[in-house]
Amino acid sequence: MDFNGSDTIPGPRAEDQLPHTAQSAVKIVIVGGFGVGKTTMVGSVSEIKPLTTEETMTQAGIGVDDNYGSASKTATTVAMDFGRIRITDELVLYLFGTPGQERFWFLWNGLFEGALGAVVLVDTRRLEVSFDVMGRLEERGVPFVVAVNSFPDAPRYPLADLRTALDLSEMIPIVECDVRRRASSRDVLMTLMRFLHSLAMTGSLA
Amino acid sequence: MTPPQRQRRTPAQGTPAQPAAPARKEGEGGNPERLYVVAGPDGERADIDLVTLIVARSPDPPPSATPEQAALLRLCVAPLSVAEVSAYLSLPFSVVTVLITELLTAELVQARSPIVRKALPDRSLLEAVMHGLQRL
Ligand SMILES: Nc1nc2c(ncn2[C@@H]2O[C@H](COP(=O)(O)OP(=O)(O)O)[C@@H](O)[C@H]2O)c(=O)[nH]1
Ligand SMILES: [Mg+2]
Repeated sequence: MDFNGSDTIPGPRAEDQLPHTAQSAVKIVIVGGFGVGKTTMVGSVSEIKPLTTEETMTQAGIGVDDNYGSASKTATTVAMDFGRIRITDELVLYLFGTPGQERFWFLWNGLFEGALGAVVLVDTRRLEVSFDVMGRLEERGVPFVVAVNSFPDAPRYPLADLRTALDLSEMIPIVECDVRRRASSRDVLMTLMRFLHSLAMTGSLA
Repeated sequence: MTPPQRQRRTPAQGTPAQPAAPARKEGEGGNPERLYVVAGPDGERADIDLVTLIVARSPDPPPSATPEQAALLRLCVAPLSVAEVSAYLSLPFSVVTVLITELLTAELVQARSPIVRKALPDRSLLEAVMHGLQRL
Protein backbone atom coordinates (compact mmCIF):
# COMPACT_ATOMS: atom_id res chain seq x y z
CA MET A 1 0.00 0.00 0.00
CA ASP A 2 1.18 3.51 -0.78
CA PHE A 3 1.07 5.59 2.35
CA ASN A 4 2.35 8.77 0.75
CA GLY A 5 -0.83 10.02 -0.83
CA SER A 6 -2.42 11.52 2.26
CA ASP A 7 -6.06 10.99 1.38
CA THR A 8 -5.82 7.63 -0.28
CA ILE A 9 -6.44 5.48 2.78
CA PRO A 10 -10.13 4.76 3.09
CA GLY A 11 -11.40 4.86 6.63
CA PRO A 12 -14.78 4.25 8.18
CA ARG A 13 -17.68 6.22 6.76
CA ALA A 14 -18.61 9.16 8.96
CA GLU A 15 -21.73 7.35 10.17
CA ASP A 16 -19.61 4.34 11.10
CA GLN A 17 -17.27 6.22 13.39
CA LEU A 18 -17.42 5.23 17.02
CA PRO A 19 -18.23 8.00 19.49
CA HIS A 20 -15.33 9.37 21.52
CA THR A 21 -17.02 7.94 24.59
CA ALA A 22 -16.25 4.37 23.35
CA GLN A 23 -14.13 3.09 26.23
CA SER A 24 -13.74 -0.60 25.62
CA ALA A 25 -14.56 -3.51 23.41
CA VAL A 26 -15.41 -7.17 23.85
CA LYS A 27 -15.15 -9.95 21.28
CA ILE A 28 -16.87 -13.16 20.31
CA VAL A 29 -15.37 -15.66 17.89
CA ILE A 30 -17.39 -17.69 15.37
CA VAL A 31 -15.72 -20.92 14.36
CA GLY A 32 -16.63 -23.73 11.99
CA GLY A 33 -15.59 -25.48 8.83
CA PHE A 34 -15.37 -24.04 5.35
CA GLY A 35 -18.71 -22.97 3.92
CA VAL A 36 -20.64 -23.40 7.14
CA GLY A 37 -21.81 -19.77 7.18
CA LYS A 38 -19.34 -17.84 9.35
CA THR A 39 -18.94 -14.93 6.94
CA THR A 40 -22.69 -14.86 6.40
CA MET A 41 -23.31 -14.70 10.14
CA VAL A 42 -20.80 -11.90 10.71
CA GLY A 43 -22.36 -9.95 7.84
CA SER A 44 -25.93 -10.45 8.95
CA VAL A 45 -25.46 -8.97 12.42
CA SER A 46 -22.68 -6.45 11.84
CA GLU A 47 -23.52 -2.75 11.78
CA ILE A 48 -20.52 -2.03 9.57
CA LYS A 49 -19.66 -3.66 6.28
CA PRO A 50 -17.56 -6.65 7.38
CA LEU A 51 -13.81 -6.10 7.18
CA THR A 52 -10.86 -8.44 6.99
CA THR A 53 -7.77 -8.39 9.14
CA GLU A 54 -4.86 -10.70 8.62
CA GLU A 55 -1.82 -12.05 10.36
CA THR A 56 1.40 -13.41 8.93
CA MET A 57 2.78 -16.51 10.50
CA THR A 58 5.92 -18.35 9.66
CA GLN A 59 6.18 -22.05 9.60
CA ALA A 60 9.51 -23.67 10.33
CA GLY A 61 10.50 -27.27 10.47
CA ILE A 62 11.64 -28.34 13.95
CA GLY A 63 12.15 -32.00 13.23
CA VAL A 64 15.89 -31.82 13.75
CA ASP A 65 17.90 -29.33 15.74
CA ASP A 66 20.67 -28.90 13.22
CA ASN A 67 18.59 -26.86 10.85
CA TYR A 68 17.08 -24.69 13.54
CA GLY A 69 17.19 -21.12 12.32
CA SER A 70 18.31 -22.10 8.89
CA ALA A 71 15.26 -24.07 7.90
CA SER A 72 13.40 -22.54 5.01
CA LYS A 73 10.47 -20.71 6.48
CA THR A 74 7.15 -20.39 4.74
CA ALA A 75 5.03 -17.39 5.52
CA THR A 76 1.36 -18.15 5.91
CA THR A 77 -1.26 -15.46 5.91
CA VAL A 78 -4.30 -16.08 8.02
CA ALA A 79 -7.26 -13.82 7.34
CA MET A 80 -10.15 -13.13 9.64
CA ASP A 81 -13.53 -11.58 8.77
CA PHE A 82 -15.02 -9.38 11.40
CA GLY A 83 -17.97 -7.15 12.10
CA ARG A 84 -18.99 -4.73 14.81
CA ILE A 85 -22.02 -3.93 16.92
CA ARG A 86 -22.29 -0.85 19.12
CA ILE A 87 -23.64 -1.96 22.45
CA THR A 88 -23.69 1.37 24.30
CA ASP A 89 -21.88 4.66 23.85
CA GLU A 90 -19.07 3.16 25.93
CA LEU A 91 -19.03 -0.47 24.81
CA VAL A 92 -18.48 -2.12 21.40
CA LEU A 93 -18.82 -5.78 20.44
CA TYR A 94 -16.63 -7.31 17.73
CA LEU A 95 -17.42 -10.61 16.03
CA PHE A 96 -14.64 -12.55 14.37
CA GLY A 97 -15.21 -15.28 11.81
CA THR A 98 -12.32 -17.70 11.43
CA PRO A 99 -11.70 -19.08 7.95
CA GLY A 100 -9.06 -21.49 6.78
CA GLN A 101 -7.24 -24.18 8.68
CA GLU A 102 -8.14 -24.35 12.32
CA ARG A 103 -4.66 -25.10 13.56
CA PHE A 104 -3.79 -21.52 12.66
CA TRP A 105 -6.62 -19.93 14.61
CA PHE A 106 -5.18 -20.93 17.93
CA LEU A 107 -1.76 -19.63 17.07
CA TRP A 108 -3.12 -16.18 16.47
CA ASN A 109 -2.20 -14.82 19.85
CA GLY A 110 -5.00 -12.86 21.33
CA LEU A 111 -7.81 -14.13 19.13
CA PHE A 112 -9.32 -16.52 21.65
CA GLU A 113 -7.56 -15.13 24.69
CA GLY A 114 -9.95 -12.73 26.25
CA ALA A 115 -12.90 -13.55 23.97
CA LEU A 116 -16.14 -13.67 25.96
CA GLY A 117 -16.96 -16.94 24.25
CA ALA A 118 -17.37 -18.69 20.92
CA VAL A 119 -20.10 -19.90 18.60
CA VAL A 120 -19.34 -23.22 16.92
CA LEU A 121 -21.30 -23.29 13.66
CA VAL A 122 -21.93 -26.81 12.43
CA ASP A 123 -23.30 -28.27 9.24
CA THR A 124 -24.84 -31.70 9.80
CA ARG A 125 -23.58 -32.85 6.40
CA ARG A 126 -20.05 -32.55 7.76
CA LEU A 127 -20.38 -32.71 11.49
CA GLU A 128 -16.89 -34.08 12.05
CA VAL A 129 -15.13 -30.99 10.68
CA SER A 130 -16.06 -29.15 13.87
CA PHE A 131 -14.84 -31.85 16.28
CA ASP A 132 -11.27 -30.66 16.52
CA VAL A 133 -12.11 -27.02 17.11
CA MET A 134 -14.57 -27.93 19.88
CA GLY A 135 -11.85 -29.94 21.58
CA ARG A 136 -9.44 -27.04 21.37
CA LEU A 137 -11.96 -24.67 22.87
CA GLU A 138 -12.53 -27.14 25.70
CA GLU A 139 -8.80 -27.46 26.30
CA ARG A 140 -8.50 -23.72 26.59
CA GLY A 141 -11.57 -23.26 28.70
CA VAL A 142 -13.26 -21.00 26.14
CA PRO A 143 -17.02 -21.32 26.69
CA PHE A 144 -19.03 -22.02 23.54
CA VAL A 145 -22.49 -22.80 22.22
CA VAL A 146 -23.25 -24.90 19.16
CA ALA A 147 -25.39 -23.49 16.34
CA VAL A 148 -26.61 -25.84 13.63
CA ASN A 149 -26.87 -23.94 10.37
CA SER A 150 -29.81 -25.58 8.65
CA PHE A 151 -28.98 -26.15 5.04
CA PRO A 152 -31.94 -27.54 3.10
CA ASP A 153 -30.31 -30.80 2.03
CA ALA A 154 -28.59 -31.46 5.36
CA PRO A 155 -29.58 -34.45 7.49
CA ARG A 156 -31.83 -33.47 10.38
CA TYR A 157 -30.96 -35.16 13.62
CA PRO A 158 -32.98 -34.69 16.77
CA LEU A 159 -31.06 -32.25 19.00
CA ALA A 160 -30.69 -34.97 21.65
CA ASP A 161 -28.90 -37.20 19.11
CA LEU A 162 -26.67 -34.29 18.12
CA ARG A 163 -25.83 -33.65 21.76
CA THR A 164 -24.81 -37.27 22.15
CA ALA A 165 -22.83 -37.27 18.92
CA LEU A 166 -21.05 -34.06 19.86
CA ASP A 167 -20.51 -35.34 23.41
CA LEU A 168 -21.76 -32.10 24.91
CA SER A 169 -22.85 -31.78 28.51
CA GLU A 170 -26.52 -30.95 29.15
CA MET A 171 -25.68 -27.36 30.01
CA ILE A 172 -24.13 -26.42 26.67
CA PRO A 173 -26.84 -24.98 24.41
CA ILE A 174 -27.40 -26.35 20.91
CA VAL A 175 -29.63 -24.26 18.66
CA GLU A 176 -30.71 -24.32 15.06
CA CYS A 177 -30.30 -21.22 12.95
CA ASP A 178 -30.36 -19.73 9.50
CA VAL A 179 -27.47 -17.31 9.66
CA ARG A 180 -28.65 -15.48 6.55
CA ARG A 181 -31.31 -13.93 8.78
CA ARG A 182 -30.19 -11.24 11.17
CA ALA A 183 -32.76 -12.20 13.79
CA SER A 184 -31.61 -15.82 13.73
CA SER A 185 -27.94 -14.86 14.03
CA ARG A 186 -28.80 -12.45 16.82
CA ASP A 187 -30.65 -15.25 18.64
CA VAL A 188 -27.53 -17.42 18.45
CA LEU A 189 -25.48 -14.63 20.03
CA MET A 190 -28.17 -14.17 22.68
CA THR A 191 -28.00 -17.89 23.43
CA LEU A 192 -24.25 -17.56 23.95
CA MET A 193 -24.71 -14.51 26.19
CA ARG A 194 -27.37 -16.24 28.31
CA PHE A 195 -25.07 -19.24 28.64
CA LEU A 196 -22.17 -17.03 29.73
CA HIS A 197 -24.52 -15.32 32.17
CA SER A 198 -25.53 -18.66 33.65
CA LEU A 199 -21.85 -19.55 34.01
CA ALA A 200 -21.28 -16.26 35.79
CA MET A 201 -24.15 -17.05 38.14
CA THR A 202 -22.86 -20.50 39.01
CA GLY A 203 -19.25 -19.35 38.89
CA SER A 204 -18.12 -22.36 36.92
CA LEU A 205 -17.07 -23.43 33.51
CA ALA A 206 -17.78 -27.12 33.95
CA MET B 1 -28.69 -42.64 10.04
CA THR B 2 -26.27 -42.01 12.90
CA PRO B 3 -24.11 -38.94 13.12
CA PRO B 4 -20.34 -39.37 13.62
CA GLN B 5 -19.23 -39.46 17.26
CA ARG B 6 -16.99 -36.95 19.00
CA GLN B 7 -15.26 -37.21 22.36
CA ARG B 8 -15.09 -34.18 24.58
CA ARG B 9 -11.79 -32.90 25.93
CA THR B 10 -10.98 -31.34 29.24
CA PRO B 11 -9.03 -28.18 29.98
CA ALA B 12 -5.36 -28.93 29.38
CA GLN B 13 -3.24 -29.41 32.50
CA GLY B 14 -1.87 -26.11 33.66
CA THR B 15 -3.94 -24.14 31.18
CA PRO B 16 -5.94 -21.63 33.16
CA ALA B 17 -9.50 -21.08 32.04
CA GLN B 18 -8.81 -17.41 31.62
CA PRO B 19 -6.70 -15.18 29.47
CA ALA B 20 -3.11 -15.82 30.28
CA ALA B 21 0.19 -15.71 28.54
CA PRO B 22 -0.33 -16.15 24.81
CA ALA B 23 -0.60 -19.86 24.24
CA ARG B 24 2.07 -21.32 22.04
CA LYS B 25 1.17 -24.67 20.69
CA GLU B 26 3.07 -26.86 18.36
CA GLY B 27 1.56 -28.44 15.29
CA GLU B 28 -0.73 -31.26 16.28
CA GLY B 29 -1.19 -34.71 14.90
CA GLY B 30 2.50 -35.50 14.74
CA ASN B 31 3.07 -32.69 12.35
CA PRO B 32 6.62 -31.57 13.12
CA GLU B 33 6.30 -27.88 12.69
CA ARG B 34 6.11 -24.78 14.75
CA LEU B 35 4.18 -21.68 13.90
CA TYR B 36 4.60 -18.31 15.36
CA VAL B 37 3.73 -14.75 14.69
CA VAL B 38 6.41 -12.64 13.11
CA ALA B 39 7.72 -10.40 15.86
CA GLY B 40 8.40 -6.73 15.48
CA PRO B 41 11.81 -5.10 15.91
CA ASP B 42 13.42 -6.46 19.08
CA GLY B 43 10.20 -8.29 19.77
CA GLU B 44 9.20 -5.11 21.61
CA ARG B 45 5.46 -4.85 21.52
CA ALA B 46 2.91 -3.30 23.76
CA ASP B 47 0.17 -5.60 24.99
CA ILE B 48 -2.25 -4.90 22.18
CA ASP B 49 -5.35 -6.92 21.42
CA LEU B 50 -7.30 -7.14 18.15
CA VAL B 51 -10.03 -5.12 19.84
CA THR B 52 -7.94 -2.60 21.72
CA LEU B 53 -9.42 0.79 20.74
CA ILE B 54 -6.91 3.31 19.42
CA VAL B 55 -7.54 7.06 19.46
CA ALA B 56 -5.22 9.75 18.11
CA ARG B 57 -4.40 12.40 20.70
CA SER B 58 -4.52 15.11 18.03
CA PRO B 59 -6.31 15.16 14.67
CA ASP B 60 -3.17 16.36 12.89
CA PRO B 61 -0.16 14.07 12.56
CA PRO B 62 3.11 15.82 13.46
CA PRO B 63 5.53 16.49 10.58
CA SER B 64 7.89 13.92 12.09
CA ALA B 65 5.39 11.09 11.58
CA THR B 66 6.22 8.47 8.96
CA PRO B 67 3.63 7.99 6.19
CA GLU B 68 2.35 4.81 7.89
CA GLN B 69 2.12 6.57 11.25
CA ALA B 70 0.34 9.54 9.67
CA ALA B 71 -2.14 7.23 7.94
CA LEU B 72 -2.87 5.49 11.23
CA LEU B 73 -3.27 8.79 13.09
CA ARG B 74 -5.74 10.04 10.48
CA LEU B 75 -7.76 6.83 10.75
CA CYS B 76 -7.94 7.10 14.51
CA VAL B 77 -9.51 10.55 14.82
CA ALA B 78 -12.35 8.57 16.41
CA PRO B 79 -11.74 5.37 18.41
CA LEU B 80 -11.00 2.42 16.14
CA SER B 81 -10.06 -1.16 16.97
CA VAL B 82 -6.66 -2.51 16.00
CA ALA B 83 -8.46 -5.03 13.75
CA GLU B 84 -10.12 -2.17 11.85
CA VAL B 85 -6.83 -0.29 11.58
CA SER B 86 -5.26 -3.46 10.16
CA ALA B 87 -8.13 -3.84 7.67
CA TYR B 88 -8.07 -0.22 6.46
CA LEU B 89 -4.28 -0.05 6.21
CA SER B 90 -4.09 -3.55 4.66
CA LEU B 91 -1.32 -4.42 7.09
CA PRO B 92 -1.02 -7.60 9.16
CA PHE B 93 -2.03 -7.37 12.79
CA SER B 94 1.52 -7.80 14.10
CA VAL B 95 2.79 -4.98 11.88
CA VAL B 96 0.03 -2.71 13.14
CA THR B 97 0.89 -3.51 16.75
CA VAL B 98 4.47 -2.40 16.08
CA LEU B 99 3.23 0.88 14.57
CA ILE B 100 0.93 1.43 17.53
CA THR B 101 3.69 0.68 20.00
CA GLU B 102 5.78 3.43 18.38
CA LEU B 103 2.88 5.85 18.52
CA LEU B 104 2.15 4.99 22.14
CA THR B 105 5.78 5.64 23.02
CA ALA B 106 5.61 8.98 21.21
CA GLU B 107 2.37 9.70 23.08
CA LEU B 108 0.54 10.32 19.81
CA VAL B 109 -2.22 7.81 20.47
CA GLN B 110 -4.16 6.46 23.39
CA ALA B 111 -5.01 2.76 23.70
CA ARG B 112 -8.22 1.66 25.43
CA SER B 113 -7.92 -1.95 26.56
CA PRO B 114 -10.67 -4.46 25.89
CA ILE B 115 -12.68 -6.13 28.59
CA VAL B 116 -11.48 -9.72 28.61
CA ARG B 117 -13.14 -12.84 29.89
CA LYS B 118 -12.23 -13.58 33.45
CA ALA B 119 -12.59 -16.70 35.52
CA LEU B 120 -15.61 -15.03 37.04
CA PRO B 121 -17.23 -12.93 34.31
CA ASP B 122 -18.80 -9.61 35.08
CA ARG B 123 -22.55 -10.13 35.03
CA SER B 124 -23.43 -6.49 34.40
CA LEU B 125 -21.17 -6.50 31.34
CA LEU B 126 -22.94 -9.59 29.99
CA GLU B 127 -26.30 -7.97 30.64
CA ALA B 128 -25.24 -4.82 28.80
CA VAL B 129 -24.23 -6.91 25.77
CA MET B 130 -27.59 -8.73 25.87
CA HIS B 131 -29.49 -5.44 25.92
CA GLY B 132 -27.42 -4.18 23.03
CA LEU B 133 -28.11 -7.32 20.99
CA GLN B 134 -31.82 -7.16 21.70
CA ARG B 135 -31.90 -3.77 20.01
CA LEU B 136 -30.52 -5.16 16.74
N1 LIG C 1 -29.46 -22.52 2.98
C1 LIG C 1 -28.58 -21.84 3.72
N2 LIG C 1 -27.46 -21.37 3.13
C2 LIG C 1 -26.57 -20.70 3.87
C3 LIG C 1 -26.77 -20.48 5.24
N3 LIG C 1 -25.72 -19.81 5.73
C4 LIG C 1 -24.87 -19.62 4.73
N4 LIG C 1 -25.37 -20.13 3.58
C5 LIG C 1 -24.71 -20.12 2.29
O1 LIG C 1 -23.58 -20.95 2.35
C6 LIG C 1 -22.47 -20.40 1.64
C7 LIG C 1 -21.21 -20.33 2.49
O2 LIG C 1 -21.39 -19.39 3.54
P1 LIG C 1 -20.17 -18.54 4.12
O3 LIG C 1 -20.75 -17.60 5.11
O4 LIG C 1 -19.34 -17.96 3.05
O5 LIG C 1 -19.33 -19.67 4.87
P2 LIG C 1 -17.93 -19.57 5.63
O6 LIG C 1 -16.94 -20.28 4.78
O7 LIG C 1 -18.16 -20.30 6.92
O8 LIG C 1 -17.59 -18.13 5.85
C8 LIG C 1 -22.95 -19.03 1.15
O9 LIG C 1 -23.30 -19.18 -0.20
C9 LIG C 1 -24.15 -18.74 2.00
O10 LIG C 1 -25.10 -17.96 1.30
C10 LIG C 1 -27.99 -20.97 5.83
O11 LIG C 1 -28.26 -20.81 7.01
N5 LIG C 1 -28.85 -21.65 5.02
MG1 LIG D 1 -15.88 -17.11 5.14
